Amino acid sequence: MVNGTAVYVLWLREMKRFSRAKSRILGSLIMPLFFLAFLGLGFSRMPVPGVASGVNYIKFLVPGILGMTLLFSSTMQGLSVLWDREFGFLKEIMVAPVSRVSIALGRIAGGVTTSLLQALLILAASILLGFRVRSGLALLAALGLMILISFAFIGLGLIFASRMKDMQGFGLVMNFLVFPLFFLSGAFYPLGNLPWVIRSLSFIDPLTYGIDGLRAVLIQTHVFPLALDFAVLAVFAAAMLFLGAYFFEKSESV
Amino acid sequence: MDAIRVENLTKTFKDVTAVDRVSFSVPEGELFGLLGPNGAGKTTTINILSTLLRSTSGRAEVAGHDVAADRDEVRKSIGVVFQETALDGRLTGRENLEFHAMMYGLNKVERRRRIDDVLGLVELADRAGTLVEKYSGGMKRRLEIGRGLIHRPRVLFLDEPTLGLDAQTRRHIWEYIQRLNRDHGVTIVLTTHYMEEADILCGRIAIMDHGRFVALDSPARLKDILGGDVVSLEVEGDAGELLAGIGKIDWVKTANRHDEVLTMTMERGERRIPELVTFAQARGVVVRSVNLHKPSLEDVFLHFTGSTIREREAGVGDRNRMMMGRGRR
Repeated sequence: MVNGTAVYVLWLREMKRFSRAKSRILGSLIMPLFFLAFLGLGFSRMPVPGVASGVNYIKFLVPGILGMTLLFSSTMQGLSVLWDREFGFLKEIMVAPVSRVSIALGRIAGGVTTSLLQALLILAASILLGFRVRSGLALLAALGLMILISFAFIGLGLIFASRMKDMQGFGLVMNFLVFPLFFLSGAFYPLGNLPWVIRSLSFIDPLTYGIDGLRAVLIQTHVFPLALDFAVLAVFAAAMLFLGAYFFEKSESV
Repeated sequence: MDAIRVENLTKTFKDVTAVDRVSFSVPEGELFGLLGPNGAGKTTTINILSTLLRSTSGRAEVAGHDVAADRDEVRKSIGVVFQETALDGRLTGRENLEFHAMMYGLNKVERRRRIDDVLGLVELADRAGTLVEKYSGGMKRRLEIGRGLIHRPRVLFLDEPTLGLDAQTRRHIWEYIQRLNRDHGVTIVLTTHYMEEADILCGRIAIMDHGRFVALDSPARLKDILGGDVVSLEVEGDAGELLAGIGKIDWVKTANRHDEVLTMTMERGERRIPELVTFAQARGVVVRSVNLHKPSLEDVFLHFTGSTIREREAGVGDRNRMMMGRGRR
């Protein structure tokens, strides 16, 4: 059912494309970097209500920016099926004697790798700005959370890409799904500062748990227990992956 | 054995019937053509036969496997060159072939050998390391045809293989196609809306219009149906009445009217022209010009559908553009 070679070659294709799209990678990293640098430095001397005393705002911001980078790059990766459809390459993939599940897995594997690489570049940049990762274990836990976040939103992107025929729906998905997920996640500010109506919406945003988990392991400040963060993310990621693969399987390729 | 067998194949999209109860079979080793204007249903037929679309009703077998039930078996036995380019521009020519060969499960040694073979065949060996986005249209087409052959398919589908290419490249690609069919025995199904292409390449041609086959035979036999020569008269006056009169003459085999132009077929047309002119004048119709030629597939198409393929295209083209205008921002 799952064809290892096919998964590998689809992953390899993503790696080659990624390594050749230097300007595109730079473009997708520049926005989170600006946020990090300007918001971080701008607010660093100001006390932000809700941020624990002794936690510098830039430290508070880094996990949020990591979550944001993963959200955007992973959703884009999931939606990249649309590009392949637009440029015709999807037909070449779909006409091959390979199960649709293998194709979905190959895409997901490629997408997780590229998203993770982008997030790690952001982490490296924040270390240049003075951020410190406490231990190898913390880094490992953070990596685990980042992989789950990435899986979840690639799955989500894949669901939408499988249901859409062309690029038109792309803006809708970005504006009505990705941006709200981002703003509700508390990437920039503590959720305690939001009015309760909006805060309760935050609680159903899976990215909230992702960023909270990252804060727990990277800067030891969090709202929910770390186990809950992991559990919510894992369940959501599994559901999205299953649905993404399911809808991709059902989609017509022309 | 038949490489392709199709029975009552139908595909409807919402309220449009793109393919309408089509039946045909293609024996192994044949070069079979689907000829028709854009929108006739050629690509939809190919998409169903290559497992990309499911038919609404009817059945189809490719290389002995049912296209709905045995998709993976069908996929293993076919190569497809799509109408629009289906290459990854950010990969090199060789990488595109490598991707394909791996998807079809070839081992490393085999991959290397066949990729080199194919690159030689389509004369791209020296450009194999270049990113495909830098290729010209003709090079992309050649690479795609080569790619369709790497896994040695029994049946090769070519959807408009020379669309938008210059005359020289087109001839080049015709030669490849003929060689593949002749030397390697690959069964080939190609769609085209170029009459000349169908005429030169295909052993048999199905003329498709509005989702149906209106005729199916060898190019020579199709042209024989018209019988003899094609004579057209450009007239001034009551062309309709003239057509009715001409239709009753016993040596006129077929007669069509198209605005001010009457097109007829008959034996020994050069001897009949004076009679036709006299006939028209006797009915008060002025003949402005006369044309005589051997029947082409264009005439065959006109005969079966009542309009030329180019007019059909113009109509469909406008419709497509309108739809695109509505669809895109």
